[in-house]
Amino acid sequence: MEIVYVYVKKRSEFGKQCNFVDRQAELNIDIPPNPELAELFVERNPVDKGIQCSTSMSEHEANTERFEMETRGVNHVEGGWPKDVNPQELEQTIRFRKKVEKDENYVNAIMQLGLIMEHCIKQNNAIDIYEEYFDDGEEVEVTEEAPSAKTINIFRDPQEIKRSATHLSWHPDGHRKLAVAYSCLNFQRAPVDMSNDSYIWDLENSKAELALKPSSPLITLEYNPKDSHILLGGCYNGQIACWDTRKGSLVAELSAIEFSHRDPVYSTIWLQSKTGTECFSASTDGQVMWWDIRKISEPTEVVIMDISKKEQLENALGAISLEFESTLPTKFMVGTEQGIVISCNRKAKTSAEKIVCTFSGHHGPIYALQRNPFYPKNFLTVGDWTARIWSEDSRESSIMWTKYHMAYLTDGAWSPVRPAVFFTTKMDGTLDIWDFVFKQCDPALSLKVCDEALFCLRVQDNGCLIACGSQLGTTTLLEVSHGLSTLQKNEKNIASSMFERETRREKILEARHREMRLKEKGRAEGRDDDQRDEELAADLQALVSKAEEEFFDIIFSELKKTEADATKKPVPQQPSSEEDQEAEGENVVEKERSEEETSA
Amino acid sequence: MAEVEETLKRIQSHKGVIGTMVVNAEGIPIRTTLDNSTTVQYAGLLHQLTMKTKSTVRDIDPQNDLTFLRIRSKKHEIMVAPDKEYLLIVIQNPCE
Repeated sequence: MEIVYVYVKKRSEFGKQCNFVDRQAELNIDIPPNPELAELFVERNPVDKGIQCSTSMSEHEANTERFEMETRGVNHVEGGWPKDVNPQELEQTIRFRKKVEKDENYVNAIMQLGLIMEHCIKQNNAIDIYEEYFDDGEEVEVTEEAPSAKTINIFRDPQEIKRSATHLSWHPDGHRKLAVAYSCLNFQRAPVDMSNDSYIWDLENSKAELALKPSSPLITLEYNPKDSHILLGGCYNGQIACWDTRKGSLVAELSAIEFSHRDPVYSTIWLQSKTGTECFSASTDGQVMWWDIRKISEPTEVVIMDISKKEQLENALGAISLEFESTLPTKFMVGTEQGIVISCNRKAKTSAEKIVCTFSGHHGPIYALQRNPFYPKNFLTVGDWTARIWSEDSRESSIMWTKYHMAYLTDGAWSPVRPAVFFTTKMDGTLDIWDFVFKQCDPALSLKVCDEALFCLRVQDNGCLIACGSQLGTTTLLEVSHGLSTLQKNEKNIASSMFERETRREKILEARHREMRLKEKGRAEGRDDDQRDEELAADLQALVSKAEEEFFDIIFSELKKTEADATKKPVPQQPSSEEDQEAEGENVVEKERSEEETSA
Repeated sequence: MAEVEETLKRIQSHKGVIGTMVVNAEGIPIRTTLDNSTTVQYAGLLHQLTMKTKSTVRDIDPQNDLTFLRIRSKKHEIMVAPDKEYLLIVIQNPCE
């Protein structure tokens, strides 16, 4: 039986405060006793129930005063002496001792013990049983994991007509954003409705956060390391453009076309300056220009890459890659289309002095040029089918180089965390990770990222993430295994000792070459004086005999040809007549020869 | 008597031996080459230790008995040869 009480409340009164009011008691339910229910129960008589009768007690806690305890040692002074012997008295102790020594037991015991003891002493002297055979100063952490890298994300060009990703730049504050420049580098083969847009990708949401719309496709794009809202781009038509991401996707500043480069701008780098607005750019028209983006209409300085130091634009070498390290602010390097690296000094007084020295060794354009972040004296160049490591001291050749690959190398970069690791990309779509403290003849890891060519590569500052851009505009984001992105023990020392060793080797070779060349020159000079007189006389004679020989050679070859033709024609039918003809032919030849000889 | 002298002298003359001492069952040093305070210290401590070691060995296996006790420390090695009544203690510096 349910007891229910129902009440009604108006909706408008919900939430109203309670007003309590006294009222009379109401009888809601009255349940009279029901004797029938008693039938269901059995009476129990007697009932056992335990009760306790004792004094009621209460429990209390009390904190007593602190009991001070002290730990002390007990110093036992000489004890064990028998009662009659006083340990302080020397005479008594000596007497006691002497007594003991006379005891027979004592003698036997000592003899026995002496034997055993000697054995152990000799053992100790013979070998050191606790010798440490392997001096493990520190636990050698063997990273068992093989180097590996896995693809995290892929960004495809949202445009219909695919363009290649030519340059990548990471956002300076971390790995949330990536700016990618898209353009078509094939000379004048860009399709008509190809879009000029380049994108900034947001890595967390995997979509294009902002589209940058220049008037001409961007070949290179860089974030300003000081101000992450500003981006600098180099265009296909030679202009420099500047964006502010707060202002939108249209160009904020654009250089005037009369003063810009005449060829596509292949590389732009921000400079370390107090204002954070200076940058410089390089292009295949042979010029390197310095700009201040506050006044971007014309360059602040122009340097012509003419290694003969005459500043002739016609002789200039086209610049493809630039290198600038903020720790060496007065120096910069330019990689050219002709395979020469030019090292320059910004602070030189005259423009001719700006060019300090050149390094040649590549057969094709140098697509990447970067100093080692740990050892700035050594730098990496990537061009033709090899990657080379150079030292500033050794100018005639590189100190280390990879073997010639099957595909052209397009880009390369050092790892920012490990001095001995660098990455390269190739035209067949593979990304190679080289670790030369591990293996020098082959890459430590070679990954096929995509089927088309990879054009550019950028490592993020933590050394873990790599972005590479391909010919069809696909940007792949890879994460490298832990072993390749953490500095190994002793790696810095090993890398620097390797660089030094190779530099020394090159120096020795250079010195040897120089010696040999000097010797050759010396020898040649000695011979020259004698030979000159003879030569004049011998010249005419030699020329005449040469002319004769050539003449006869031509004649003979012609004759042989006519013979061959003559014998070829009547082939199947008359072999005998052929022979006759041959014999006749030969006779004719002989006659002719003798005629010629007499005439000469 | 002379043999005892000879044995002890021989032991003391071995390479690396710093000191030798003979202690009786009550911990009284009978013969020693070190100074008194050191001897007393060694005698008292090692006597107790040897007793403990002996009882440990015999606890584990009653048929067994302690024949030799070697304590290797950073600085040197203390060797104790126990007997029913006496202890022969040698401190050696194992040359490494």
